[in-house]
Amino acid sequence: MASKSDFAYAEQRRDTDHESFLSHKRMRWLKVSVAICLIVIVSYFLVDVEPRHNGGTWYGYTLGTIGAGLIIWLSILGIRKRNISEGRWSLKAWTSAHVYLGLALIVIGTMHTGFQLGWNVHTLAWALMMLVIISGIYGISVYAALPRALSTNKREMTRAQMVEALAAIDRQLETAAQPLDRKESDAVIAALDQDVFRAGFLARLTGKYPRCATKRALRAFPDGSINKAEEKVSSLLNRRTSQLGQIRRHMRYKALLEVWLFIHIPATIALIAALIAHIVSVFYYW
Amino acid sequence: MPDKYRVAIVGSGPAGLSAAAHAAAQGLSHILIEKTDHLSDTIFKYQKGKHVMATPSNLVLRSDLDFDAGKREFILDTWDRQIEEHKVNVRLNAEVTAITGETGNFTIEMKGGDTIQAEAVVMAIGTQGNPNKLRTPGADMPHIQYQLDDPGEYFDEHITVVGSGDAGIENALGLAADPKQNNTVSILNRRAEFARAKAANVALLEEAERDGRINVCRETNPLEVREKEIVLETRDGQVTIPCDRIIARTGSQPPRGFVEGCGIEFTSEERSAFPKLTPSFETTKNGIHVIGALAGYPLIKHCMNQGYDVIEFLMGNDELKPADEPILAEKFAALPGNRSVDEWLEVFRNNIVILRELSPLQMRELMLDSDVAAFDEGDVIFVRNDPGSSMFAIAEGSVLVEVNPDDPSVTVPIGEGSIFGEVGLISGRRRGSTIRAAETTVTMELSRNAALKLLATAPSANRAVNRITIERQLLQMFGSGLTPDDVSELVEAAELVQVPAGKNVIDEGADDKDIFVIQQGSMIVEKNIGGNPIFLSYLPAGSYFGEMAVIDGSKRTATVKAAIKSEVVRFPGDAFMRLLDRNPKLRERALTDMASRRKVNAFVEERKESFSSAVDMYSSTAKFLVDNGLGEATDVLLIDESLCVGCDNCEKACADSHEGLSRLDREAGRTYAHLHVPTSCRHCEHPHCMADCPPNAIKRGPDGEVFIDETCIGCGNCQRNCPYGVIRMDPKPPKKPSLLSWLFFGAGPGPGEASYDWRKKTAEKKGLEQAKLAIKCDMCAGIDGGPACVRACPTGAAIRVAPEKFLTFTKLAEDVD
Repeated sequence: MASKSDFAYAEQRRDTDHESFLSHKRMRWLKVSVAICLIVIVSYFLVDVEPRHNGGTWYGYTLGTIGAGLIIWLSILGIRKRNISEGRWSLKAWTSAHVYLGLALIVIGTMHTGFQLGWNVHTLAWALMMLVIISGIYGISVYAALPRALSTNKREMTRAQMVEALAAIDRQLETAAQPLDRKESDAVIAALDQDVFRAGFLARLTGKYPRCATKRALRAFPDGSINKAEEKVSSLLNRRTSQLGQIRRHMRYKALLEVWLFIHIPATIALIAALIAHIVSVFYYW
Repeated sequence: MPDKYRVAIVGSGPAGLSAAAHAAAQGLSHILIEKTDHLSDTIFKYQKGKHVMATPSNLVLRSDLDFDAGKREFILDTWDRQIEEHKVNVRLNAEVTAITGETGNFTIEMKGGDTIQAEAVVMAIGTQGNPNKLRTPGADMPHIQYQLDDPGEYFDEHITVVGSGDAGIENALGLAADPKQNNTVSILNRRAEFARAKAANVALLEEAERDGRINVCRETNPLEVREKEIVLETRDGQVTIPCDRIIARTGSQPPRGFVEGCGIEFTSEERSAFPKLTPSFETTKNGIHVIGALAGYPLIKHCMNQGYDVIEFLMGNDELKPADEPILAEKFAALPGNRSVDEWLEVFRNNIVILRELSPLQMRELMLDSDVAAFDEGDVIFVRNDPGSSMFAIAEGSVLVEVNPDDPSVTVPIGEGSIFGEVGLISGRRRGSTIRAAETTVTMELSRNAALKLLATAPSANRAVNRITIERQLLQMFGSGLTPDDVSELVEAAELVQVPAGKNVIDEGADDKDIFVIQQGSMIVEKNIGGNPIFLSYLPAGSYFGEMAVIDGSKRTATVKAAIKSEVVRFPGDAFMRLLDRNPKLRERALTDMASRRKVNAFVEERKESFSSAVDMYSSTAKFLVDNGLGEATDVLLIDESLCVGCDNCEKACADSHEGLSRLDREAGRTYAHLHVPTSCRHCEHPHCMADCPPNAIKRGPDGEVFIDETCIGCGNCQRNCPYGVIRMDPKPPKKPSLLSWLFFGAGPGPGEASYDWRKKTAEKKGLEQAKLAIKCDMCAGIDGGPACVRACPTGAAIRVAPEKFLTFTKLAEDVD
């Protein structure tokens, strides 16, 4: 490494590649992982072990050791992400390797089993591994698909600004609703009283809020037969609906981007526990 | 009344009063002539209740009159009383119209025909007589005034004060002092800093700005005065504000015509030059002495000392040394050669180009704020990457610049009389190269503030520094092989042009043939294709443009306009052509540069046919980025929102690498085409935050980062001056428990910036100091691996870029998925 005063080094520090974790360094980790998979598949059919392929042969042990090592390394991403130490590491490179090597585990792990699956702790470990990988695949797909939608929906507003915009509409609604009669006021009050951030798991993921009091309140102001005050409230309710829509879409995208972690991480911890049980039992009952 | 006085003192300001008082005390026959009906008109015209300062504080007062900082009324009363006590012979209401005769026999003519005979004349008429007038269209309108007697007279008005000196600041403060007057007061400063004003006044002004009492417009010029409004030129374009009254306090000029009419020569033709003076204040007209502001020194204490001194000189006391003599003697004691203070002052003034037109008095003032040092051959003056914002001048000897950091033997000499280190002064960068003394060398080191004051008050120094900067920039730009002689023709013909944001420097299709170098700011190049301006490229400071039309004689092929308020140097094309003719290597290089620019033009034009949407996208994205301050950035954090999942790991990483506070706000900021400019420092080329830092704590590091060092006093100036809102004021938070103890035992607030509550409570519990200090991005200087925000981004959305590299077609039109 050049000295810190070296201008070229300073330039290098500054100019980071503008490419996604999936295409990091021209798909370096995809290439590595495809190569690993090819080697494993080809050798699986070339290597002739007696009586047949299973985890207990020298070939099976080799794959098992590689697989267990990979699982431990892959799980360390969670610590790497939070430990901002010095050094020339890049979390993007780690994520890229994590994704492609994690996918290679499907081949490594499955070939390790020799397709001998059953109702035991060994297959539990395999099943948990597959659960982690499948949730991870979901993760990759939302990471690839949703950021644009998240960004478009934000319209340059921060979360705090969205909430503030809603509060501003609410203040106007409260004033505008003063001249209304009982029934209409009640509808507006119900809309204002509803805690818009208290939403169920499903509502948050689907973005559908069937019990939305604002939408219900709008029904109290049908088009046509309304006076000036009602018209103002109605248009404010419409603005509130669209502001709520933005907030709810934002919450939905964020939920979709994060929900898989609630499976991915606990399943990883369970996988490590099952893996320890699997390894201990294999050697205990040698 | 005697037939002939020994001395006639014209003007009863602090200088004249002090001279008259000393003359009276010494029993010298004298007369003090004052144009108005009261003494000391300048101070009399100060606002009522104005606090008069007594700077410089390290200067002793030598006068028969008392003076200390205090209210205007108290000072005037003291002087009136003491003048009476001393039985000074005063003649009021007498305006001098001419002084004729020779030493020992002067005739002073006055309005109304009276004359006075005197053997010697002391002119202490100050400079207040001729205030500088506004020169904008509408400057003759009646609501412009050049003086403010009583700020309490004005109510419910929009008042604009023009001028960044003490008078302007004090007027603005006075007008805004009482909220009941309900005035909306704005003050205009055409620079970013108030270099000419006293520090205490600047502090008061900033306090008023903080409280919202005064609207302080920096880097702003008046453009046109209209009925009820004024058009301003600001850093970001034109603005019109309501304005019922304009108070112009843009300084004053010596009443030169009258003074020259008396046979007195000035140091130069410059509008702001001062009379040539001997150390005993005698002018080129023997027997006439000039002291005070007219002599080039406007501070009261100095004026009073000079009044005393001039009488001593007239009485034959040649041994008298000015009051600042001991301070300077101490400074010069370390220098070799055993010269007297006056001799040294002359050496510095005569040898150093930028000081040549200063009067001995200005030299003394400047010297008080500067350091001098002597070096032996080979001694290092400063080392590359040293922090330092001062400017050096070589009084004797010469120095060598180590231009190649890897090979100290490659050097470029800088000779006697020249300056070095001037870059630190302008942009606050660290020292670019190591500088050694080539022989026994005597240098003068001007502190950043003293140097800025010199440039602001002495146009000749400003021109000299500009000339040297232009010459060095040319040599640096066109690479090795050129000597100062090669470029001297260009330097001679160079003209510095200020360009407001958005103004065209070159128009597409035009026929002019000049070449430009960007000295400050940046430019964007646009081409009109199908009626739309298409962004071609971005030119940072230090680039040159306009050479195509010169070399091949064609019309301008593209429009070049200022991205932000900029300064360009204009060179005539034919001089440039002659330079190319003499230097085939340079011609080759210019042709290569030109070819690559041609290629970009052709490429975009060609693409316009086939991928017009990609070109539009590129063009509008580039414009968006320039609009968001990339035009003055050197390094900026961008977030590609087509990759950002909103995990905020960048902010957490920032906080965890810097004492627990994040210096960036990912969510805030503008977005265009999924390209987001978060609230985070761009490390401006000319940082606004550096403009007014009292402890000079904001510096630029070796990698170009602008950072705040530990001398920050928490005043908040930088936060207010930053147009991008990237500086926050917060106390240093307490240390968090380690990551693993959080991970396994839930100790502490976890990764990232702790909540305000946690920080406050924990700090209170631990009894930590809670002083707010300014914090901003330092580009993770000193952290191996580089900026944590980028390293910690899991998807590759966060990137740091240099604008000139990013604002290119390939970068902006590429698809990252």
